[in-house]
Amino acid sequence: MTAMRKANAAYPFGFLDEYAKKEVRRTILKAIAIPGYQVPYSSREMPMGRGFGTGGLQLTLSIIGADDTLKVIDQGSDDSVNAVNLRSFIEMTCDGIDTTDITDEANVIQSRHRIPEKPLREDQVIVLQVPYPDPLVVVEPSEDKRKIMHGEADYSRLLVKLYEDIVQFDEITISHRYPTRINDHYVIDPSPIPRWDVPKLNQSKALVLLGAGREKKIYAVPPYTDAEPLAFDDVPFRVESFNDENGQRRCCDRCGDNTSFLDEFTSSVGNKVYQCSDSDWCREQLVAKGE
Amino acid sequence: MEKILEVRNLSKVFGKGCPNCFIKTGPDLDTNICPDCGSVVAIHDLSLDLYKGEILGIMGESGSGKSTVVKNLFFDQEPTSGRATFFDDDKQYDLFGLNAAQKRHLRNHRFGMVYQNPHLGLNFGISSGGNIAERLLMNDLRNYSEIRERARELLERTEVLTNRMDELPGNFSGGMQQRVQIAKALAINPPLLFLDEVTTGLDLSVQAKILDLILEIQQEMNTAMIVVTHDLGVVRLLAGRTIVMKYGRIIESGLTDQILEDPQHAYTQRLVASAL
Repeated sequence: MTAMRKANAAYPFGFLDEYAKKEVRRTILKAIAIPGYQVPYSSREMPMGRGFGTGGLQLTLSIIGADDTLKVIDQGSDDSVNAVNLRSFIEMTCDGIDTTDITDEANVIQSRHRIPEKPLREDQVIVLQVPYPDPLVVVEPSEDKRKIMHGEADYSRLLVKLYEDIVQFDEITISHRYPTRINDHYVIDPSPIPRWDVPKLNQSKALVLLGAGREKKIYAVPPYTDAEPLAFDDVPFRVESFNDENGQRRCCDRCGDNTSFLDEFTSSVGNKVYQCSDSDWCREQLVAKGE
Repeated sequence: MEKILEVRNLSKVFGKGCPNCFIKTGPDLDTNICPDCGSVVAIHDLSLDLYKGEILGIMGESGSGKSTVVKNLFFDQEPTSGRATFFDDDKQYDLFGLNAAQKRHLRNHRFGMVYQNPHLGLNFGISSGGNIAERLLMNDLRNYSEIRERARELLERTEVLTNRMDELPGNFSGGMQQRVQIAKALAINPPLLFLDEVTTGLDLSVQAKILDLILEIQQEMNTAMIVVTHDLGVVRLLAGRTIVMKYGRIIESGLTDQILEDPQHAYTQRLVASAL
C-alpha cells in the first residue's frame, strides 16, 4: 500500500523508516492471526508525547499508501484538537493521500474512543488509539502473571469485578473500556469506546486494529470475528440508555436523529442539550432531511 | 477403600543442591541444611497414600517440611523430584507431569486449600461473597443469581452471617476469616482438601468450632483431607492416620491412636510427652 515519494525530502513517506513500518506490518499480521492477542512491538518515538495516540498513528502510517483516503476522528468529531493535529501530521508526512470527514469515503479511519455510527465496510480499516491495552491490569499488577492468565484464558477475576459491581450497584458500572472476549479466547480492552460501540466489534465487516504506543502493544479484531462482552447469563450486557425520565428516547438537538450515541452538554442558557457524538453521522442526517 | 492420592519419593531442595545433600542431612544428623552446599532439604523421599473420605494428619515441628508437602501437592511450589498420582473417578493424573493449564484446572476444579494465614487464601480487596464467587467463576458457573445463592449457602454452612456476605473479609475476626476461607475452598465440592495449620493462632472455642465444621464436612461430603498441624489435639480429633516428620523425613507413621499412645521414635515420644 505504500509508495516511496520524496516530496518532503527530510522524511520518508509515512515519517517512519521502511524498516519500522515493516515491523509494524508484521506485528499487524500476527495480531490478525491471533485475534485479540496483544502482540508486543518496538513502539518508535514519534514527534508527539506518548499517550497522544502514537500507537494508532504508527499503525496508520504503516498501512496507508498514496492512493488511500484517511479520516481521523476524536470522540466522534473530526474537528477536535487530537484529530486535527494527527490529521495534519499524516498529511504532512504522507504525500499524495486524501483526507475526508465523510465516513463512507474513507478507507483508513483512525479514531480516538469512538467507532463511527455508520456501519463500516469490508474495504475499510479502523485504527483505534489505546491507552491501556490489558483488561487484566485492574486485577493483576504483574504483567508476567497477566500473560499467563491470558494464555490460559483465565478471566475469572475480571468476572469477580463484575460480580462486585452488581452486588454494590445492582448493575455493571463499566462505562467504557468494556472487557470483550474475542473469538472465544482472549479478552481485550477495546480502548475507551463507550459500551454503545462494543457490539459493533462483533462480526465487524471492517478490520479493527488497536495500537497502544506507550504500552507497545498491537492487537486486532479481524473481520467477521466474534466479539462478546463479558457478562453473566442472567445479567446480560447492555448499552447506554438515552431515555429521558418519561422513558422517551432522547434525540439529537441538531439533526433530530434518535438512533445515535448522544453527547450531553450545557447550552449557553443553562439547560441540558443532547447532540450526536458522531459529527459526520449528524451531518448526514441533516443532508437526508434536506437542510 | 479407594485410593485418591499416591505420593512416591517426593523430595524438595531449596538451593542449588549437591550429590551429598541427602546423605548429610536428616533427623539422625540433626540438620536439614547440607554442610557442603548450604541447600535446605525441605522434604526427602516422602511417600504417602490417601484414601477417599480419609483424613491424614501430618505432624512435626516448625521447619520439618510438613507445609512444603501440601504446597507441592497444591502446585504452589515445584518439587525437586518424586511422583504423585491423583485418582479422580476413572481418570488418573500424574500431578508433577501436568502442564500449567492442567494444573490450574485441577486446582480450580478438584482441589481445595485452606492456609494458616487467610491473606494467602482470600482476596482482601473483594467481598467475602466475591471470594467465593471467584472460585465458582473459575469453575465456569456464569449465572449471577446461582452464584449468589451458592455463596449464601456455603457461608450459612460455615456459620458466617449471610447478611455480612458483601463485606470485605478485613472487617471480620480471624475465626470468621478462616471460616470464609473454608467456605471458599469448599465452593466446588472438591474431593481433595488440603488444610495447612487452619486453627493455629485462633482461640480455643473458635478452634473447636472450626474442627467440628471440618469433621462435619468430611462426613457429609466424604472429602479426603490432608491436615498439616503441629497441634497434637488437632491430629487426635481429626486424623485417622498420621505421619510424623522431622528434617524433611517421615520418622513415624501409622494410626493416630497408635502414634499418640505408643510412640516409637524418640522425637515423637518427646513430642507426645511434652503436650500440655
